[in-house]
Amino acid sequence: MRRSMLFLPGNNPNMLINADVFGADAVIFDLEDAVSPDEKDAARILVRNALKYMDYGNTEIVVRINSIDENGFWSKDLDEIIPLKPSMIMPTKVTNAEYVKKLSDYMTAIEQKSGIPEGTVKLIPLIETAMGVENAYEIAVADERVVAIFLGGEDLTADLCCVRTKEGDEIFYARCRMVNAARAAGKDVYDTPFTDVNDDEGLIVDAKKAKSLGFTGKASIAPRHVKGINEVFSPTQEEVDYAYEVLEAIETAKKQGKGAISLRGKMIDAPIVLRANQVIAAYESIKGGSAR
Amino acid sequence: MSKLVKNLKEAITLCGLKDGMTISFHHHLRNGDYVLNAVVDEIAAMGIKDINLHASSLFDIHLPVIEHIKNGVITGIETDYISTGVGKQLSQGILKNPIIFRTHGGRPADIISGRSHIDVAFVAAPSSDKMGNITGKNGKSACGSLGYAFADAMCADKVVVVTDNIVDYPMYDYSIPETNIDYVVNVDKIGNPSGIVSGTTKITRDPVGLVMADYAAKVIKASSLLKDGFSFQTGAGGASLAAAKYLKDIMLAEKITGSYCMGGITGYMVDMLNCGCFESLMDVQCFDLDAVNSLRTNPKHKEVSAEHYASPDVKSNLVNSLDVVILGATEIDTDFNVNVHTDSSGCIMGGSGGHSDAAAGAKLTMIIAPLVRARVSVITDRVTCISTPGNTVDVLVTQRGIAINPLRTELRDRLKDAGLPVVDIFDLKKKADSICGEAKIERAKGKVIANVLYRDASLIDTIRMI
Repeated sequence: MRRSMLFLPGNNPNMLINADVFGADAVIFDLEDAVSPDEKDAARILVRNALKYMDYGNTEIVVRINSIDENGFWSKDLDEIIPLKPSMIMPTKVTNAEYVKKLSDYMTAIEQKSGIPEGTVKLIPLIETAMGVENAYEIAVADERVVAIFLGGEDLTADLCCVRTKEGDEIFYARCRMVNAARAAGKDVYDTPFTDVNDDEGLIVDAKKAKSLGFTGKASIAPRHVKGINEVFSPTQEEVDYAYEVLEAIETAKKQGKGAISLRGKMIDAPIVLRANQVIAAYESIKGGSAR
Repeated sequence: MSKLVKNLKEAITLCGLKDGMTISFHHHLRNGDYVLNAVVDEIAAMGIKDINLHASSLFDIHLPVIEHIKNGVITGIETDYISTGVGKQLSQGILKNPIIFRTHGGRPADIISGRSHIDVAFVAAPSSDKMGNITGKNGKSACGSLGYAFADAMCADKVVVVTDNIVDYPMYDYSIPETNIDYVVNVDKIGNPSGIVSGTTKITRDPVGLVMADYAAKVIKASSLLKDGFSFQTGAGGASLAAAKYLKDIMLAEKITGSYCMGGITGYMVDMLNCGCFESLMDVQCFDLDAVNSLRTNPKHKEVSAEHYASPDVKSNLVNSLDVVILGATEIDTDFNVNVHTDSSGCIMGGSGGHSDAAAGAKLTMIIAPLVRARVSVITDRVTCISTPGNTVDVLVTQRGIAINPLRTELRDRLKDAGLPVVDIFDLKKKADSICGEAKIERAKGKVIANVLYRDASLIDTIRMI
């Protein structure tokens, strides 16, 4: 389960060798915005070598590459990174299904050349334009590599010609559309980072909002925000206890040959069972832990 | 009567300073100190040679001393700490006699017992009256506590106060009384305020440092020592301060009131006092302006001598009543011995200060260090120099886990039960080596340039020329 995804600059060796100590479920090594054009090659080599030599344990590794329209950096990024088999590639400014297919085909070629089973490296498209938001569903179902979609609020608000605020009213539509598209496609969906790194309380409010809308987890640009995100996106003990009660009640009903059952005065129907299974799956995957 | 003399030269002459004698200085003016250089320059100008320099610490502002070492004015150094620039020069073996390193507790013990004799102490004083009642709390060069100067003033054959702020006699809120002072010299400036204390000390923003600080606070919470009456010392390094900040959050949330916080005092400690986390601050040295202001105004913030702080010779001292101390390390070995004197190539870049005193006294001694620093593992098979013996160190906190001294099985169990990432120190070393490769350490083989004395005056290690 990915509750938190932490962006780390691909040109910072200290962050690369310590990527797994911050408690994030996934880290995103950034070759795009965090790296100036004259450092793109150095960052690419650093990230490649980090993937080659470091053991990140249970922390999932994602690499954010440059967008397809930028100076051909994207293909050089993939040439270097795909042979090291990160869990996922995060392509940027994804606007439609063709973008995803072009990328996936290129990844397939590298995988074949490197002797890696086709489709090993997955995709988590970063959707950060008005067009991308409108096409979120077609992006989510464009290719089998796509396991999740990711909302980028900063570039999106620039594209929408509005100001990004802490309250996030300006991206409310995009958030809802992204969640709906992802869930319709049966994929995970991740929320944009909360960018005020010194506002721990604001982070919690924003993460709770994202969770309430249906996001699977949330990204961060600050290691100090990881703990808060993990706590918000972990099931509470009360939720876990209730989920186990639901499953027990279902089991008991089956043994007794009952069709319909109730728990705490409420009918247990299919959505409640589905939700209980989701909570238990999440709980099991994080073993009840919080930040670290 | 007045003890005021015209200038440093007259004071030095009246003290009868001769070739081969020992002069002493405290380090409360830190990297803003003008007094040590001025005195040594004057001694050199007077043609006096073969002087033993007995300073509680040496900073890079004292680099001019190197020339006086080369021309034979200074032939010996006794100190508790030498900063990187001066240390690099001394590591070339330019000093005639080996340096004697002591601890902040060992120094007053040796001075007061007579094991280490001072002929003339030059005591920089931010404020003094004409008879030599002095304090560091007031004046344009205020530094706060004068804790390291007490033994020198008490035991030197002659004591010269050097001040840039003469006040009316008698100064009623003195730190060191006139009873021990021979002469007072008024100069334009004893130091540069920006080097004496920083404006404010800040906690680290380094994410790795914050991870370690978080672990450190959790170790303290899980140790069973964090309860009403808790006593605590931490350094002024960024990660140590961050640990104090996290500890403060825990103490406030759990409504715990500690007894005292001590060591070098920063604004963060002052904040903890003012928030009710501690009943008092015991201050041997101020690190920033907030600490100086608090020492001046808050009666619960108390100046203490280095002897009271950490001398092993006294009937009781503050370090022996410490519950927890957080310390740093340049290296730590798999037996938990800690080096704070040299870098991994053997070059002098520090000293014990109060490190081994606090480690010996505290119930829980915690070292915080990043596992890898500048491509070298912090954990070695054997430290380049033993500053603090491993049997006084309980815990190593790194960003990749917490190693517990095998002697502390009960503590290990407590931390494991609290869900903290307890790791064998050998496994931590393996992890570091897997990142950096195993370092091939070449030991310095030159002549002995420093004898490192433990707090009880026994020789714990030597440092060789590189």
